[in-house]
Amino acid sequence: MAQVKIRENYHQARWDEPIIYELSTPGERGVLVPLPEQEVKDKAGDVLGKLPENMRRREAPPLPEVSQKHVLAHYLHLSQETLGANLNNDISQGTCTMKYNPRINEALAALIHHIHPSQAEDTMQGLLQIYYEFERFLKEISGMDRFTLQPGGGSHAVYTAASIIRAYHESRGELEQRNEVITTIFSHPCDAATPATAGFKIITLYPNEETGVPDLEALQEAVSERTAAIFITNPEDTGIYNRQIDKFVKTVHDAGGLCFYDQANANGMLGIARAREAGFDMCHFNVHKTFSTPHGCSGPGTGALGVRDHLAQFLPVPTVELADGKYYLDYDRPDTIGKVRGFFGVAPVIVKAYSWIMMLGADGLKEVAEISVLNNNYFQKKVEEIPGVTTWYAKGRRRLEQVRYSWEKLEEETGVGTVDVMCRIGDYGIQHYWTSHHPWVVPEPFTLEPCETFSKADLETYAAVLAKIAEEARQDPELVKTAPHKCASRRRARPEELDDPEKWALTWRAYKRKYKK
Amino acid sequence: MSKVVYPYIPNSVPEVKIQMLKELGLKSVEEIYAEIPEHLRFKGTMNLPEPLLSEYELRRHVEGILAQNKTCTEYLNFLGGGTWQHYVPEVCDTINSRDEFLTAYVGDAYADHGKFQAMFEYASMVGDLLGFDVVSTPTFDWGMAAGYSMRMAARITGRNQVLVTKTISPDRYLCIQNLVKPNLELQFVDYDQQTGLLNLEDFKAKISANTAAVYFENPSYLGSIETQAEDIAAIAHNNGALCLVGADPSSLGVLSPPSSYGADIACGDLQPLGIHMNAGGGLAGFIASRDEEKYVAEYPTQLWGLTPTVAEGEYGFGDVYFERTSYASREHAKDFLGTQTALWGITAGVYLALMGPQGMAELGEGIMQRVAYAIELLKTIPGIKVPVLSSPSFKEFVVDFDATGKKVADINKQLLEHKIFGGKDLSVKFPELGNSALFCITEVHTQADIHRLVDALRQVLA
Repeated sequence: MAQVKIRENYHQARWDEPIIYELSTPGERGVLVPLPEQEVKDKAGDVLGKLPENMRRREAPPLPEVSQKHVLAHYLHLSQETLGANLNNDISQGTCTMKYNPRINEALAALIHHIHPSQAEDTMQGLLQIYYEFERFLKEISGMDRFTLQPGGGSHAVYTAASIIRAYHESRGELEQRNEVITTIFSHPCDAATPATAGFKIITLYPNEETGVPDLEALQEAVSERTAAIFITNPEDTGIYNRQIDKFVKTVHDAGGLCFYDQANANGMLGIARAREAGFDMCHFNVHKTFSTPHGCSGPGTGALGVRDHLAQFLPVPTVELADGKYYLDYDRPDTIGKVRGFFGVAPVIVKAYSWIMMLGADGLKEVAEISVLNNNYFQKKVEEIPGVTTWYAKGRRRLEQVRYSWEKLEEETGVGTVDVMCRIGDYGIQHYWTSHHPWVVPEPFTLEPCETFSKADLETYAAVLAKIAEEARQDPELVKTAPHKCASRRRARPEELDDPEKWALTWRAYKRKYKK
Repeated sequence: MSKVVYPYIPNSVPEVKIQMLKELGLKSVEEIYAEIPEHLRFKGTMNLPEPLLSEYELRRHVEGILAQNKTCTEYLNFLGGGTWQHYVPEVCDTINSRDEFLTAYVGDAYADHGKFQAMFEYASMVGDLLGFDVVSTPTFDWGMAAGYSMRMAARITGRNQVLVTKTISPDRYLCIQNLVKPNLELQFVDYDQQTGLLNLEDFKAKISANTAAVYFENPSYLGSIETQAEDIAAIAHNNGALCLVGADPSSLGVLSPPSSYGADIACGDLQPLGIHMNAGGGLAGFIASRDEEKYVAEYPTQLWGLTPTVAEGEYGFGDVYFERTSYASREHAKDFLGTQTALWGITAGVYLALMGPQGMAELGEGIMQRVAYAIELLKTIPGIKVPVLSSPSFKEFVVDFDATGKKVADINKQLLEHKIFGGKDLSVKFPELGNSALFCITEVHTQADIHRLVDALRQVLA
């Protein structure tokens, strides 16, 4: 059995790396540009001279001038000051499903680097086949009838859902009347923000203090002839599954609204439960989370939005279709909401997710789900043994793929809160953990998600590090409160300045103007 | 219990699984799934292909499918129109594929210090190109950046109409239209079909007390450089509206920065800066403005700023004005936020650091020289009219095939036999330009490539 190891002597690279502008020496170059042949230049003449004076750049942009070795070294230093999921015990980032990202999938996605999206369809049949097949996979996994793979991320898919809901009610002449969207406080912020951007008013349901999910009665009071839709995550970000979800769906349907299922937390459900059986009209997947394409420091990702037949007419153009053995892009969809992203989505993400599913198959996807909930329950047992940790709501009930814990007791006893523990965990070679989206309904929250990627030793190590930090909080609270000590950067000295227009500095030119007068 | 031990699932080892269940006092994982009522459970089997368990089998399978594609390394490509074929320096790929950046996500600035610094530097360098002090973390694409810019302008001015130049990319317009629909009315401003420039008379006639902003692109989708930019900005400002400019960053080594001719907000796409085309998957938008609170307060994106740490002289980073965002304020935020395209932002930063001012100037001038050369050669082909628009162009230009009697679609089909991807067909979305196509030439094109296009067209049109 693999070793459980707290990395006591860990120290992240700390390069005291200058800002790239401080590495600049006039005249240095990082790469030479291919210049036109002399004959081309001669025939073209003075192209810049033909520009009107007002459109010709008078002064060169003050970009840094750095040789290639030094550009590479600089960015390698910065990469070493960043903790990606493939490097560390990334149980930390609950609600994000931080899986291992297979290297083979990167190599396969690179095969489409040099495809232009406007190439003739005949010349990209392979890519379109992957789109078509991947949509088919998602239909099997969710029970939905059609998908769009165009959105650039999860929240973008949720926005697309809001756009389709708007189009649906508009098509029935009810948009003016149906201007409210219901969501829950433990659903992702985008479940409130995207319908608001799409023009809806938002009603937020709060959880029953015991069950951790909203009461059906609360929903019944909230729905009316003004209800356009509900946007709900299940299990919510707390890891608690709402057992009455089908009754929620029926209540909204009975009021004439639509039901959108935010499946950011789908990992523990693959092959186990689907949006269709619960009665949803639409659902989405964060393809980069659930199907293991990398998160890229926050993208590029892909949000896949699935709909039942009665909403398929509103999907963005183009869809990928198959006729007579040829794949093609269908723009001829009269009721479409239009587009949400240029061309047809983030193709490399689709190639990676397709490859990931192909390596696992139906049995493998179910194994992903089962191990992720087993890991979570095993891990929860270890974490709850740590003095100072509590788990809110639904006592005695199992969580699925993640848990929202609380350091409230630890904070009461030691003054060390969740942000302090979060900062300290980085000193053991573990990424800062995710506390909670705002507002913090659970006090001193932290949210952990040990998906199928992590080994038994990983789970035990993580819990042992938390236990050690809780002990430190009792023995030497200042050590935790001043952490991190061994990360690439120390704590911000005056974080309030980030909200001060006189002090914030969003670019080097702004920094120089404000601080180097 | 699965017999397969999956390489990505360490605890799929049967003995480990049994041991963990035992410690939980469970017989099977089913007991955990008892949380989900029976009638909500999926009873069937997902109809998915048999898995390709080994990496070798997977590689063969996916490579086999993708081998059906023709790529722009095999074919000579003249397509642009929203995704452009530029050279990507190897260092961009090296940094882009580092697992540290590739697989990181939302860690804070302490253990992810490098990510924050790389993004601050990307914003700084794009700011230098544009002449602005504030640059957003990247959005999904240019369309989203433009739509957000318009929504920002509407909030700033309290008005609800945006005038949009008709030479905008039709696809981008569809994205913007969907994003601004509940709040804003979009109205086209016509363009001059001789010059490709915005029609100032039409603009003056349409601007009103409801106009939040005018949006134009420079260069336009049709490749024309908008030489009246200062006039457009002045008219907007005189009417209490903002001036929004969509800019191609690859042009800004030689063209004036939008800030210099009166833009209040600039936006555009980072894809030309060291990011592969990826079948259109390489898009990443940016938004930029002056450093004034009234602008900064309206950005829906994250903004990462430089701030001191407790160690004297150490640069630290953090989220600026976080309350604006939907992560902090849910439905009360400025629009919505989620996973966007940060890795492309880092990559664009690497590209600009490699290129420097000299590289960007040479890139811009070299592209314009090649375009001028290509136009001179194309002119000599009977039936081809080029340039169609008289304003100077950058990277892209319109070619009119009306007099050849052949449709662009047919010409392009025949060009495929010469292993050439011809220009984008404009005849459907820009019927006023007749039977025309949008050609794109960048630094990847050699003199011989241009001759190959011209020779092939001569044969196709003969």
